[in-house]
Order: sequence, then structure tokens, then C-alpha cells
Amino acid sequence: MISSASDRLTVLIADDNVSDRMLLSAIVSRQGHDVLTASDGAEAVGLFERRRPQLVLMDAMMPVMDGFEAARQIKTLAGDALVPIIFLTSLTEGEDLARCLDAGGDDFIAKPYNQVVLAAKINAMNRLRVLQETVLHQRDLITRHHKYLLNEQRVAKAVFDQIAHSGCLSSRNIRYLQSPYALFNGDLLLAAWSPSGNMHLLLGDFTGHGLPAAVGAMPLAEVFYGMTAKGYGLPETLREMNAKLKRILPVDMFCCAALLCLNFKQQLVEVWNGGLPDGYLLHSDGRAHTPLISSNVPLGVLSAGSFDDNTQVYPFGPGDRVFLLSDGVVDSTGQDGELFGARRLQNVLVSNRNPALLIEEVQWALARFRGQARDDVSMVEVAFTEPDALGPPSVIYTDSGDSSPLDWSASFEYRAATLKRFNPLPYLLQLVQEVHGLRGQSSELYIVLSELYSNALEHGVLGLDSALKRDAAGFGLYYQQRAERLDRLEDGFIRIDFQIVPDGEGGRLTVRVQDSGAGFDSDRVLALPPAVTQLSGRGLALVRQLSDRCQWSDDGRTASVEFAWEGLA
Amino acid sequence: MSVNSERSADGQELIIIIKGRFDFSTHQDFRGAYENETQAKRYTVDLNGTTYLDSSALGMLLLLRDHAGGDRAQVQLVNCNAEVHKILTISNFSKLFKIA
Repeated sequence: MISSASDRLTVLIADDNVSDRMLLSAIVSRQGHDVLTASDGAEAVGLFERRRPQLVLMDAMMPVMDGFEAARQIKTLAGDALVPIIFLTSLTEGEDLARCLDAGGDDFIAKPYNQVVLAAKINAMNRLRVLQETVLHQRDLITRHHKYLLNEQRVAKAVFDQIAHSGCLSSRNIRYLQSPYALFNGDLLLAAWSPSGNMHLLLGDFTGHGLPAAVGAMPLAEVFYGMTAKGYGLPETLREMNAKLKRILPVDMFCCAALLCLNFKQQLVEVWNGGLPDGYLLHSDGRAHTPLISSNVPLGVLSAGSFDDNTQVYPFGPGDRVFLLSDGVVDSTGQDGELFGARRLQNVLVSNRNPALLIEEVQWALARFRGQARDDVSMVEVAFTEPDALGPPSVIYTDSGDSSPLDWSASFEYRAATLKRFNPLPYLLQLVQEVHGLRGQSSELYIVLSELYSNALEHGVLGLDSALKRDAAGFGLYYQQRAERLDRLEDGFIRIDFQIVPDGEGGRLTVRVQDSGAGFDSDRVLALPPAVTQLSGRGLALVRQLSDRCQWSDDGRTASVEFAWEGLA
Repeated sequence: MSVNSERSADGQELIIIIKGRFDFSTHQDFRGAYENETQAKRYTVDLNGTTYLDSSALGMLLLLRDHAGGDRAQVQLVNCNAEVHKILTISNFSKLFKIA
């Protein structure tokens, strides 16, 4: 009968009748089981506590404690485990038999015993016992895994929060909503200052949920912070993020993302959207909002060669805001299966009166629509702010400053093929930052360098007319022409010369930026009153304001600026 | 939800037909539909009966594209309803697949 050792059970037999007990013991032993015997209920309970048999054969009527009470106590002691109890009974009344089961018995067998039936019942009960054991084991395993998982998530979240919050998400002009476990929904929100005082902001949404969705966030954040801090613009940062994700993620994983560069000084916002739902550029003066449509494939899908890093540029002035959201808002379904949709969202945006409540209003609308709130959506709203209101970004240097170079010059010439794709500014900024005396002005230096470089490129080499940027339509045209002309560019150059000379305890940096363009009437342009309400014309004013000396020569083709510093304490 | 596949008369094209929700639960069936395919030169995913498609379905389509040759793959997505079309448009999958 016994097919394997695992079927060998310890069976407790409780019967006050000695001959019955011996007969049953003999039968059960012959079937290959180990037998324990008790002559009353109390003894049976005691034996059960000490020896934990796997199955009990229990006489109903016994002195001291009857089988019913003993069965109840054994079942209580057994807890979650199934210890089958088969009642041995000469009772035949239905009511008495029912009592056996009510007391916790699992089956009964009538005296005198039929050996075949008894063996079959023991085997059947054992199958149930093993099943229950498996279920309990799996339940415990799941509980344990769940605890591990929660702990892992807690640790991963703590590490990631350190990274995510090292940026400038806490700036006063940013409002956002994110689930505390957004990381494990695959949502990612990052913001950081560039050296020029631009704010970069990324809202990302990885495919999938849980750990797989979270693993890509770390390298993406690293590239975002690293390149933003070094002064790279959106196109370079995007290309790098895409290449990195493409390299490390499996084919079916990618990241839908929108990236913003908010330039508060020039009052521009640059946008790239790959796979996120429409974001919106909102105006406080009643102008219709501008949708920021996804016109790109998400990050991590395309190879470096076919990736499109073209961005859209829009005017962004006082009262303007950008609103971005992850999916989960427009594709929320109501109770009747209908989608929330872009139109309902737009209605909320249009009827919003208090910008500070916009995110809450979207949540309320969503909760009304679904009949319950959602906590797995991400939204972010970033408002225009005066550049000075946020304070300058702080940069931390790790070297000691003993080896600062103080008397040197260097010249660079960037030609057409390079100008098309390469942004030399981060490299040049790193170079001059080797001079410690200049580090205090690195933000000013970067702004002046980028202004002079983009003037040389856009007005010099590409011959674009900034007068185009009079209105919103011309503004779009300007950036469209910029992209087209850059694409067709075959000739032209920009030369940048640096000269560092010591001066007493301090020193002086002179930067000359020369371009191959037609030049401009610098006296006339500089004499114009500063543009306050216009969409253009801030660049030269910034250069004059931030450098110690600046002048144009060579019919406006060469700009020369100076930065001086005092001795370091 | 169901995934079926059939071959065109000339044997050069594998047609994968997806009905119901196209999401992560379809993963095994969808992979199974093309994984052992070595002869097909072209692939068509028929979304006529597809009611919904989520981001993991987009990922599965990328897996198929990879299997079919990556940037040289000939994969077309046909018979998309408005909802499915919108999801494909947001992700700009028209740059990766022929959408008819």
C-alpha cells in the first residue's frame, strides 16, 4: 500500500477499549504507519501536544474526556495545519454522526472496521493534509517575499529620493503631484539648474511597473543632472539619454518623456516631447493655451543615428506656465468605461482661475469622473519667474585650488560641419573654470559666452534677423529657419580666443568671439533702448551687464569681453 | 483576449491577429506567434479586434520589430481603431512601423 516514505504517517489512535485499540493498531501498523495510542481523550490531547501525529483516529465515547472535546482541543492546538481526525464510532444515528463532524472531525468510520475502507480513508485524508500543508507553505513564502519586496522598495526609494531631490524640484515656481511610489510606477520627475541660470525639467514615464520600470530611472537621472550641470543644452542631453537607455534597456522597454529648458532671462521655453500626452503652455492673459504635442519617438527606442533631437521654442514670459502630465489622466476610465480624454482635461485648464490650484482641480475632476481618486498619476506645473527671484545656482568644486593656471591663451575655430551638431560651450566653460579666480563668476561667464556664441552662430554664420521675433508667429519662423539653415550649412566659422593674464594678486580673462558673417552696426544696436516687452533683444544687454568690459570691432564681426578677479583670500 | 496567426498565400508574410485588450497578459501568446518564424519576410499585425493597447503592448511591438530585423524590419500595423491609433500616434510609432 505504501508507495514512498513520505506516505508513512504517525497516527494517533484514541480508544478506551483495549482490544479495539490493539486491533486498530495492528491494522494501521501493517499499512506502514507509526502508531501512538491513548485510552481516553485527555491522554490523546497530551500525546498530540508532545508528539504531533499527523492523523488521529478517535473513539467518540471515552471516559475522562470524550472524543468530541478531545477533537476540539486538538484542532485548536493544530492551528492552521490540517490534522485530519477520523471518528471511530458504533453510532449510527444521523444526529450523532453529525456531532462528530461539528466537533471538528473530518470523517468517520463505523465499527467493525473494514481494512480496505480504513486504508482508503487514511490515504484520502492524507492527500487533503498535504494539500493544506502546501497551501500554508506557499502562503508563508508569499508573505516573506512580500516583506522582502517592501523592504527593497523602501531602500531603493530612499536612495533614489536622494538623487531625485538633489535637483531644484523644491523651487517656488514648480508645483507637482507624484505618488510616493511613483518610482515603481515608472514615473520620474527631475529638475536642475544649468550654469547659465536656465532650468531644465524632465517628466518621464517608463514602460511597465515595479522594479523593471525603476531600474532605468537611475542612469537617466545621472545623465540629466550631469549634463545639465556641465551646461549642455537639451539636444545634447536628449541624445545622450536616448543612447544610454537604448544601450542598457531591453528592446521592449523605453521611456516616454518630455524635457523642458526654461530660459527666464531670454524669456523662452524649449520643449521636446517623445511619447507623453500633450502638455500645455498656459497664459494668464486669456490667450488660448498652446498644446505641446509629442512629435518624437520615446527615449531608448531609436538608434543614435535616427534619433531626432529637434526641439520647439516658444516665448515664455510673466504669467506663463507649462503644464505636463503622465498618462493615467487622459486615459482614466469612468464607471461606464468611457475615457476621461483630452477635452475634459482642457475644460479644467480653461476654467482654472487660480493657477496655484490647477493640479488639485485636475485631480478633483478625475475623482468626480471615476468615482474615486487616483494616486498613480504625475503632474507638474512650472511658472515663469523673474531670473533674480530664485537666486543663483550653487556649484560645488572638489579640487583644492593649488594648481590654478594663470598665464595662458588658447584659440579655437569651429567650422561648418562642427557648428551643425556640436555645442562647444560646456567644454570651454570647463576649461576656463580651471582658473579658480573665475569660479565665483562662472554663471555670468557662461551666460556671456552662450550669448556671444549664439549671436555669432545665429546672426553671424546663419544670417538670421532677430527682428523676425517680433511676434509669436515670427518667433516660430525664426527657429524654423535656424534649423533649416543649420542643416544646409556648408561654410562659415566661429573663432573663440581666450587670454588669461595675472594682474597683481588677481587676474584678467579676455574672450574674443569672431564669426564669418556679415557683421552688424554695433553702435546703432547698442544705442537702442533695452527691450522690456519684446520677444527679442535681451542678449546684448545681458552681455554688457554681466561682463567687466565689452566692445565690438571688425564691423560687429568680433566681440571682445573681459572678466577680472581680485586675489583669493 | 486572443492571439492568432496565419500565413499569406505566398508564405512570405505572417499575419498576427489580436482581439480584445492588447496588454501584458498577451505577452506569451504574442511572442509565441512569431518567435519560431524564420521564413516570413514581412509581418502584419491586424488590430481590427483590438479594443485597447497599453505601453507594454508597445514594447511587444518593438520586440517583434527587433525579431523582424530592427531598422530593416517590414512590419505593418493595420485596422487600428481611433483609440489604438491615438496611442500609436502619441508615441510616434509611425516612424517605426507602417500604420495602415
